[in-house]
Amino acid sequence: MADLTTDFLGIKSPNPFWLASAPPTDKEYNVRRAFEAGWGGVVWKTLGEEGPPVVNVNGPRYGAIWGADRRLLGLNNIELITDRDLYTNLEEITRVKRDYPDRAVIVSIMVPCDEESWKAILPLVEETGADGIELNFGCPHGMSERGMGSAVGQVPEYIQMVAEWCKKYYSKPVIVKLTPNITDITKPATAAKLGGADAVSLINTINSITAVDLDCMAPEPTIDGKGSHGGYCGPAVKPIALSMVSEIARNPATHGLPISGIGGVTTWRDAAEYMALGCGNVQVCTAAMTYGFKVVEEMCSGLSSWMDEKGYTSTADFIGMAVPNVTDWQHLNLNYISKARISQDDCIKCGRCFAACEDTSHQAISMSEDRVFEVIDAECVACNLCVNVCPVEGCITMERLEPGTTDPRTGRKVEADYANWTTHPNNPGAVTAAE
Amino acid sequence: MTVNHYADGVKPARLTGEEIAANFTDMHAPLGDHEASVAADRCYFCHDAPCITACPTAIDIPLFIRQIQGGKPADAGQTILGQNILGGMCARVCPTETLCEEACVRNAAEGEPVEIGRLQRYGTDRVMAGNTHPFSRAEPTGKRIAVVGAGPAGLACAHRLAMKGHEVTLYEARKKPGGLNEYGIAAYKSVENFAAREVDWLMGIGGITLKTGHKLGETITLAELQDGYDAVFLGIGLAGVNRPGLPGETLDNCDDAVDFIDRLRQSDDLAALPVGRDVVVVGGGMTAVDAAVQARKLGAETVSMVYRRDRAAMGASDYEVDYAAQQGVRVVTNAAPSAVNGDAGVTDITFERTKSGPSGLATTGETITLKADQVFMAIGQRLDGVPDGLELDGRKIAVSGPGRTSLKGVWAGGDCTPGEDLTVVAVAEGRDAAEDIHSTLMEG
Repeated sequence: MADLTTDFLGIKSPNPFWLASAPPTDKEYNVRRAFEAGWGGVVWKTLGEEGPPVVNVNGPRYGAIWGADRRLLGLNNIELITDRDLYTNLEEITRVKRDYPDRAVIVSIMVPCDEESWKAILPLVEETGADGIELNFGCPHGMSERGMGSAVGQVPEYIQMVAEWCKKYYSKPVIVKLTPNITDITKPATAAKLGGADAVSLINTINSITAVDLDCMAPEPTIDGKGSHGGYCGPAVKPIALSMVSEIARNPATHGLPISGIGGVTTWRDAAEYMALGCGNVQVCTAAMTYGFKVVEEMCSGLSSWMDEKGYTSTADFIGMAVPNVTDWQHLNLNYISKARISQDDCIKCGRCFAACEDTSHQAISMSEDRVFEVIDAECVACNLCVNVCPVEGCITMERLEPGTTDPRTGRKVEADYANWTTHPNNPGAVTAAE
Repeated sequence: MTVNHYADGVKPARLTGEEIAANFTDMHAPLGDHEASVAADRCYFCHDAPCITACPTAIDIPLFIRQIQGGKPADAGQTILGQNILGGMCARVCPTETLCEEACVRNAAEGEPVEIGRLQRYGTDRVMAGNTHPFSRAEPTGKRIAVVGAGPAGLACAHRLAMKGHEVTLYEARKKPGGLNEYGIAAYKSVENFAAREVDWLMGIGGITLKTGHKLGETITLAELQDGYDAVFLGIGLAGVNRPGLPGETLDNCDDAVDFIDRLRQSDDLAALPVGRDVVVVGGGMTAVDAAVQARKLGAETVSMVYRRDRAAMGASDYEVDYAAQQGVRVVTNAAPSAVNGDAGVTDITFERTKSGPSGLATTGETITLKADQVFMAIGQRLDGVPDGLELDGRKIAVSGPGRTSLKGVWAGGDCTPGEDLTVVAVAEGRDAAEDIHSTLMEG
């Protein structure tokens, strides 16, 4: 079994699976159970400033969307930061870290955006012996109305400023947690780096309304007839998070900045994908909230056996390997020409490929009287929609046309050389390739 | 009442009332909301779906399943019933394994079709649970139509004619409407008096006058109906029962399976219904299965269903035969009855072994004798009481197009006409004949 030991910012953990700052990490009881279950680390649920703690709503805090068999696909929450006393949390953190020295314990913090507030709390956190801090600049609900959370994360200058304060008043690693509720994720990531942050973690939750109750005409979850947007997480958000992670990983201004990946990690494969895009580890919440802490066993065994299959002996072997393959559209090879191929042996004759192509795409699939579906190469643009709607995995595949053959759609010979939009004759801004 | 579990002869109360009640519960429990959601999710919403083609009434199955997915089962029911007004019964009795579910592409994918029949029941049950009839009548046409036979074909025809604004008189020979749905289908497929409830619901359209106790050729004649109505539809089914003509077949307790099923369906107290300890059913169709299974469910110790040809030639579907075997029915093939033996009542029945040869079925010379204190003959029904003047096609009423007989103004459909003898086929024929009657009458 491959070794899953991870070193993130010098913080060692037995595996790359950390629990994200959220209800599962709100108190000692849960965190001890998580460590016993095998989690590599936790980011303790966000601490606020000293004084009377925040209060939560007393109605539903979560909303969800499901598949037909109630598989939870997306979760939305309106819970605030910890509503327990600051010193209670600090004492518990101290005890837990003392008892689990091999696990990562990170403390999430959200205090008002002024230097005094940060200067006050950071020494208290330092005393716990925790391995680092994560700045909650992400929560999009409740706290943001008070100028914290995503209200800070949406202003790169604030991020840089607070990161600087943290580096000034705290000696251990500082991770900035980013909100996805922003147009260009590289801006706040750059600000974090400029402020001296050691890493970024992303994504925090996405502004969301999961459903509308059509009887009382209110968003869900509904509290006394009203609803508020919440933060969306779970498997549904993973594609958004992967894209944001990749942008930070490949952007010259932030390339190399350590990333902790968050968003819908449910199985080992999700983690491997985040790590391939440059994340040093991942944080998990919804999967644990849906199935309990035991899910980490599958994550560890799956990641380890996949690494064995691939010959990776350490997570460092594959972290970031996919980053060089993330590019801009304009650099994609326009001479790469493929066609859909339908395996008649695997086809179950449902006709979904036909309906999709005929009604909504390129009329490139024919249907015979006896329900044989075939690709019309002269029309197929290789869009892949038929592959995506086919219920049989592997039944429809994309086959590359060999260079030298003729594409029946265009009548042109398939070129062997790479060529992209930047040099395409239809591009008014095309430039001649350098000799 | 004492329980006569192992008593010889034909006896009531072979099981306790509780045991019998448990045996005759719904063959397929209705789907709950979540089950229906999961089952519906398996539908691929195929283009030009094969299941629609496979349904004799051409129900838009992918659409109704999508309506269930969308949380609107009553809309699904409306889609079903618009094509097949007896969609509730068809959901219970259709051999879906040889119709829609056989065509389901999930069979090719993984060998398990979408549960179309159960989903259909889920949708239709929801409509029938409502207090209002979901279809309305067109403006009155002033036309009067006689429908003979209140079985599936007649009911479907009458309903569609009533919808079109015609006045329908529905004649039925028996005491109750429903035809085979009421008298001929196994009790465990139509529990809680469903057949009667469905007819009541169907009649909610209005414009249909039901007259029971009127048998064609006895209290009414075709000529009178032709004179008195603008059109006539005959859905008279197959009233005659075939008999093999065996020595001893008139002995006591050698009965027609259809009579046994009829008695069972009309019984208020199944524990009071006598059944043999050792029962032999002769035949290989659905009626044979229904009789054999129900004899077991009443507590017969051994039940054998004996068919003269091989397994593949059986009229009953694989699913039905497997169900019979699962219920403890011994299925014997390639054995043709040669004599029913006994003194006053049946004691055993002798069969000759057969094999299929180039010149048809031949006996091998081997005989087998099965102990039997009750024998049911289930070798088919035949047309009986056809009015003079109607041309026949083989042993059925000849029709062209949507049920037009050789007599002008007379249509026919259901089991009395050629085609498969299935409830769903009868519904399709009754419906289509009604459409043709309507367009014929409204043209002139």
